[in-house]
Amino acid sequence: MRKWGDDSNSSTRGKNQPYKFQLVGLVVGIFLLIGCLMLSITLGAADVDLATVWQALTAFDGSTNHLIITNVRLPRALVALLVGAALAVAGALMQGLTRNPLADPGILGISTGAAFAVVLSTFFWGNVSVQVQAWVAFAGGAIAAVSVYLLSSVGRSGITPLKLILAGAVLSYLLSALTTGTLILSQRTLDEVRFWLAGSVAGRDLNILLQVLPYLLIGLVLAFSMGKQITALTLGEDVAKGLGLKTGWVKAIAALVVVLLAGSAVALAGPIGFIGLVVPHIVRFWVGVDYRWLLPHAAVWGAILLSLADLAARLVIKPQELPVGIMTALVGAPFFIYLARSQVKR
Amino acid sequence: MKPIEPPWLVIRSSAWPLSFKINRRAPLVLLGLAVAALLVMIWSVGYGEYPISPLDVIKTILGLPTTNPDDAFVINTLRLPRVIVAFLVGAGLAIAGTILQGLTRNPLASPEIVGVQAGAGLAAVSLIVLFPSLPAFVLPIAAFAGAFIAALLVYGLAWERGSAPIRLILVGVGVGAIASALSSLLITFGNIEDVSQALVWLAGSVYGRTWEHVQALLPWLGVFIPLSLLCARDLNTLNLGDEVARGLGVPIEWQRGLLLITCVALSGASVATAGTIGFVGLMSPHLARQLVGPAHEGLLPTAALVGGLTVALADFLGRSLFAPIELPCGVITAVVGAPYFLYLLYRNRNA
Repeated sequence: MRKWGDDSNSSTRGKNQPYKFQLVGLVVGIFLLIGCLMLSITLGAADVDLATVWQALTAFDGSTNHLIITNVRLPRALVALLVGAALAVAGALMQGLTRNPLADPGILGISTGAAFAVVLSTFFWGNVSVQVQAWVAFAGGAIAAVSVYLLSSVGRSGITPLKLILAGAVLSYLLSALTTGTLILSQRTLDEVRFWLAGSVAGRDLNILLQVLPYLLIGLVLAFSMGKQITALTLGEDVAKGLGLKTGWVKAIAALVVVLLAGSAVALAGPIGFIGLVVPHIVRFWVGVDYRWLLPHAAVWGAILLSLADLAARLVIKPQELPVGIMTALVGAPFFIYLARSQVKR
Repeated sequence: MKPIEPPWLVIRSSAWPLSFKINRRAPLVLLGLAVAALLVMIWSVGYGEYPISPLDVIKTILGLPTTNPDDAFVINTLRLPRVIVAFLVGAGLAIAGTILQGLTRNPLASPEIVGVQAGAGLAAVSLIVLFPSLPAFVLPIAAFAGAFIAALLVYGLAWERGSAPIRLILVGVGVGAIASALSSLLITFGNIEDVSQALVWLAGSVYGRTWEHVQALLPWLGVFIPLSLLCARDLNTLNLGDEVARGLGVPIEWQRGLLLITCVALSGASVATAGTIGFVGLMSPHLARQLVGPAHEGLLPTAALVGGLTVALADFLGRSLFAPIELPCGVITAVVGAPYFLYLLYRNRNA
């Protein structure tokens, strides 16, 4: 077996930039994100202007436009923002943890685990509420992630990048076959979950968002606080140990954070692929390889990217809409191919 | 001192430019697998709502009179072609998987991983969902075209001053992801009845296959399986790495192209007949390697028999486990294949 993951450090291009540059970059990103949020709230099947948005937030009068904004547009924009941030940070952590430039929450089977859990619950209990669905997805994703982690950590050498990817790919394949099998047995289930299965941020209300929010925030805060340790890990296991890092603990906590982030993202929006893969690479171009800066930048740009993807998904075939998961796959997969072409020289 | 017997059997011909080196165990293993496959198929043909004893099955197939004249219709028209299709499809997928793994030197490679099956799947799903009124015979043609286009894309996109094996796999994963995103787009918006049908196809099933399917499949297997055997030695050499192979005088890009075409033809024909049956192409080569070692002359036929046996068995289990509900055999192969693969991972844990 060839350990193609081991040369991943070649992917970490870009120079480490001075502190000021990083901070300014982050602020610019946040402003861009606010712009995206405004676009996301104002554009759609019914266009509303910014003044109305402002009124809806400050002086709510119960009119249709105001209701649309507070019950549909705003939750949706926030869900896209948070899911994008969570997926991007989870992806960045995984790429650092596995030293594999092609790692992504989808690859570790987290999304397929969640999808299978939701399909199974719908099969047995019928059309469950979106809230229950979110919890089921969370549990399924977490179980899948833990299984992959345990499976790939057997043996003397512990977790290697190749073993992790192998275990993840195989578990994903198994779970998606089981999902297809269940859907064949029950057409009713198929009809109820097929939109969710493609990944979507539509129709989530603030209530669900608030339930998942604590996990998301804990995950993000933990992730941001681990920047230094992850950076050390990317230098290699031995170097990290030499620097006095308890690598086992760091890896375990980072894995937990990945589960928290990716699990909540799937619970909110279904399986959305490629954000976790693409964003860290884009951000590395101007941030460099320091995870203390890389992680917050990834969060901001993940939020921007998923907001834009959701916007595009709404506008491409207006008044209908595409599931945003398909948009991200159609943009992300070519990028994956580009990465594979440019980074695998042998 | 008695000389140690080499583990290899070398077969050479002076008249033809041929020479095969196979494991000594290979003939025995092949025989055993063939017998096992025959037994499973006979058992499977006899199984069903209208059960027929294995002896009667054999008699009917050989054309001898049996106690019940209805047997002949049930066996020859309904069950036998289905079981034969299952075996052939398994053999085709297994050879395709073995070639890909040898070619890319990666144990994870298989038609479903490098996007060939996803391409075929997308073509078939779009046909079923977008043009449900088209006649059924168009479906395999479309699936085959889909597999071929996907393979062409993968090879073309992976080309950068040569086609490095790892790049082939990764680009394959990417192309596969695009194809399955488009498939799931169709699944999301299609008419629910059509989508249900497309799903059975995506899961891989030999339900309702007839002699026509056997006829459609045979020429492909008949041409490309022997071709793959002729390339076995080059596969052995390619396995040593590009530099070594080039040093030994193998024209690697040509050889790789030819082997890829073989692989696409075999998996394309299989997928066109039975949908996307996963894990057979991934798993059979590993099992075969444990039985007869890594030399491709013995490995390829062994893998073919293992694959055929697996799919025949999976089809039988799919029909019998939840009878009268029928599970597609692709679901069964995945449920059996994944634990096996995880076991492989565990066994190699200290590697």
